[in-house]
Amino acid sequence: MSPPDVTTGGGKLQSVLHPAGWDAVIISHLSWVLFGAGTLIFVAVMALLVLSLRRHGRPARAMLWIGGGGIAFPVIVLTALLAWSTWRSTDLAPQTSRGALTISVTAKMWWWEVRYQDPATGREIFTANEIHIPVGRPVYIGLNSADVIHSFWVPALSGKRDTIPGRVNGLTLRADKPGIYRGQCAEYCGAQHARMAMYVVASTQQEFDAWLKRQAAPAAPPSSSMLEQGRTAFLAQRCQFCHTIRGVAEGGRLGPDLTHVGSRMHIGAGTLRTHRGTLGGWVADPQAIKPGVFMPAAQDIDGPTLRALAAYLEHLK
Amino acid sequence: MRIFSLPDISAPGRAGALLLCAAVLAGCGKDAPRQVPGGDAEQGLRLVTQYQCGACHTIPKVPGATGEVGPTLEQVGRISYIAAGIPNQPDTMVRWLRDPPAMKPGTKMPALGITETEARHMAAFLYTLR
Repeated sequence: MSPPDVTTGGGKLQSVLHPAGWDAVIISHLSWVLFGAGTLIFVAVMALLVLSLRRHGRPARAMLWIGGGGIAFPVIVLTALLAWSTWRSTDLAPQTSRGALTISVTAKMWWWEVRYQDPATGREIFTANEIHIPVGRPVYIGLNSADVIHSFWVPALSGKRDTIPGRVNGLTLRADKPGIYRGQCAEYCGAQHARMAMYVVASTQQEFDAWLKRQAAPAAPPSSSMLEQGRTAFLAQRCQFCHTIRGVAEGGRLGPDLTHVGSRMHIGAGTLRTHRGTLGGWVADPQAIKPGVFMPAAQDIDGPTLRALAAYLEHLK
Repeated sequence: MRIFSLPDISAPGRAGALLLCAAVLAGCGKDAPRQVPGGDAEQGLRLVTQYQCGACHTIPKVPGATGEVGPTLEQVGRISYIAAGIPNQPDTMVRWLRDPPAMKPGTKMPALGITETEARHMAAFLYTLR
């Protein structure tokens, strides 16, 4: 019934130990070899320490141990590890948009604006906090920030990349297994840093193309009088000053684009699952759920109107 | 030496006093947790967490449930009425969870498509909050 979150993902949803992408596999490989080598050396040193405590042992040859164990051994082992990890790192995906699907991500306090180019019209499509990608193909993410420094990190797919105001950083992702991967802002950015998550949905090229086509379409028109009432409430409450619903009101860019908010798994940057209950609760009082968020609480919506508005938003698939 | 003494009451009198005590204690039964037939509180806690009722309600035992839009559920197993006037009984609670606007048209709480079984589990959990 519900999309995965950190508690239902079986520990694999956001884990460097369960790599599912090209770079993440290399990073985890490097980590395990370095951990393994470190463990072996630590155990060997501890064993020598225990041996040195024997009461009637022969005196050690000091120069041999200092020269061999203190100088030659680290030089040889560290040089070998450095050479190997450098060679292994050359396999990391090149940071280039050439031949890759390009997606723009702007980090904001405290959510992720995601932009695609509509292949049919060339127009930009805005969405938020959910990045869909085709599996097995490099995806170049152009990262920017609208306010402070954030950091984009989807541990199961690749390393981190800071997002810096006024400049574009690039990060190449490649998911090799279809699935849903959670990412998290990895640079402290203010009160709701902890609730600044995003999800990457990796699916086949056909599924991705179908998804992008649906996202490119304008908002679904209300199909009942209750949904009609919800759309009227959206405009009456002046939600459009911050939010865009393509086909209803365009121009509001302070908050996430809501054209297809009902199709996304979560609201509030991974904070709540999307359904009419959480949407209503969020609209009525976002400050109780994510204190400090820039959206104010609704002050004068009666019960039935709030329910209609929430149902309308849920229906924007 | 007698340290204390019982009042001199006849055997039938003592039996009567015992019965009276039992009757008084039985009156406390009103305070026992309400039982929901077919409801499992543990599954209810899982469902309340999954449906994220905490977006609107403050709910003990549910991590992150700090909502302030609806009433706090800290003592929902103890109070006499829910939704400002509906008797807090297992069957009404189950109906309320499934379709609040049908019972109170002005409510902010939506019908989430909760099944009868799910609502029973959720009600069983809510009645553990006392």
